[in-house]
Formats: sequence, structure tokens, C-alpha cells
Amino acid sequence: MNTFQIVFYLFALIVIISAMGVVFSRKLMYSAFSLLFTFFGVAGIYALLNADFLAVVQIMIYVGGILVLIIFGVMLTTKITDLDMISGKTGKWIYLGASIVSISVLTLLVYMFNTVNWNLPGATAVYHDSSLDVLGTVLLTKYVLTFLVAAILLLIAFIGAALIARKGN
Amino acid sequence: MEIGLTHFLIISGILFSLGLFGIATRKNAIMVLMSMELILNSANINFIAFSRFGGFNMEGQIAALFVIILAAAEVAVALAIVLNIYQNYHHVNVDEINKLKG
Repeated sequence: MNTFQIVFYLFALIVIISAMGVVFSRKLMYSAFSLLFTFFGVAGIYALLNADFLAVVQIMIYVGGILVLIIFGVMLTTKITDLDMISGKTGKWIYLGASIVSISVLTLLVYMFNTVNWNLPGATAVYHDSSLDVLGTVLLTKYVLTFLVAAILLLIAFIGAALIARKGN
Repeated sequence: MEIGLTHFLIISGILFSLGLFGIATRKNAIMVLMSMELILNSANINFIAFSRFGGFNMEGQIAALFVIILAAAEVAVALAIVLNIYQNYHHVNVDEINKLKG
């Protein structure tokens, strides 16, 4: 077993166990903190896949932005005085149905991943040190319109969010 | 056994089905949002895995970057809506919210 495999299985274990913590935990804060470890594990998997810039972006945006927003949401939508902050119970039938559906989706996906012949193309943009140079070049030449549209979308979304969340509108 | 494309795809499949389970079973709107983030992350792992094993192709990483941008916008707007729902109903249980004008 070489180092790559050990690191891969370590990150895979972190991602899967903490994702199960997110989904199966009753308490909202425990779920939010498990989500932190899921995001870090996913960032590690990005780094293993040679996407170093995206690993940094994952940590900065997901952990630094989205997770903080979610924890703010947890704090603002539960009464802090009652310490439970648990998610409500759902019926047994919903649990059973959701388990059947998600396990069958998982089986289907794993079967598909194992059997499909992906017919992968050869290397197009080889990079050795960092993916950042190639990524920046492609982003500002071929995908420059998408880049600008995404920037305007973010601006509109944040103005809209501030407008919606304002008190007494 | 050599770590290949299939290993990464299976991790993303597990994340996807866990997120699906969370969306279907949880009542709290913020839990639904967290499960949605799991699903978005699984899609991102797929994009980057294909980008790596499809010959270091950059298109997959670009798509993953835009997914992250969309996730940030989505969470901001969704949490604003959830806060408004909390002001009107004093809870955020998604299966008891059935009026558009609170």
C-alpha cells in the first residue's frame, strides 16, 4: 500500500463518516460541525485529484462562507434558550421509503460506475506544478462570458438576499 | 489495488445517496439545505475526477468552480428566505409551511 492509497482511504473515511454524521445526527449544531469535516475531506480529495486551486477555493468558500452562513441560520432560527435544537421527527414510513430509494440509487450508481466504459480522451492541457496558470488562462479566454455572468449573478443574489432578509419589509 | 476513477466516483455516489436520504427525511429547512450541500459536493467530486482522469482536462474544474459559485448564491438566498419564514411562523419545519402569504 503506497502513500497515495493511504491518504485516499483516510480522506474517503473522513468524508463518508462525517457525511453520515450530518445526515443521521438529531442535533442541528452537531450536523453543522460534521459538515465542516465533510468539506475539509472533500477539499483533500480535490487535492488528491491535482485540483489544488479548487481545494483552496473549497476551504475558503465552503468552510469560510457557506458553513458560517448555515451556522448563523441555525442560531437565528432556533430559540437559543432551549438547548435541544433538534430536527423534528418524521414518520417511520418516510424513513423506510427514503432508505429504500437512497440505497437503490446508490446500488444503481455503483453498478453504473463499475460497468460503463467511459472512453476517456487523451491529455489536452498538461500542467505540472499547479493548475492555477492553466485555469486562469482558460477562465479569461474561453469562458470569459460565463465568468462575467457568474459575477453579476453573485452580485444580484447577495443584493436580493440582503433585501429579503431585512426586517419589516 | 490502484486508485482509479471508479474509487472517486463511488465516494461521490455515497455522498449523493446520503444527501438524498437527508433531504427526504429531515423536517428542518436548514438540515435540508445541509443535505443539498452534500449533493452539490458529490457532483463537484464527479466533475473534478473526470477532469483528472480525462487527460487533465480543464473543463471539469471550470464547471466545478461555477458549481461552487452557484452554491454560495443559493445558500445566501435560501437562508434569507428561511429567516423570513421564521419571522412569520416561528419554526422552520418544511412540511408545515403551506401558505405563500404568511
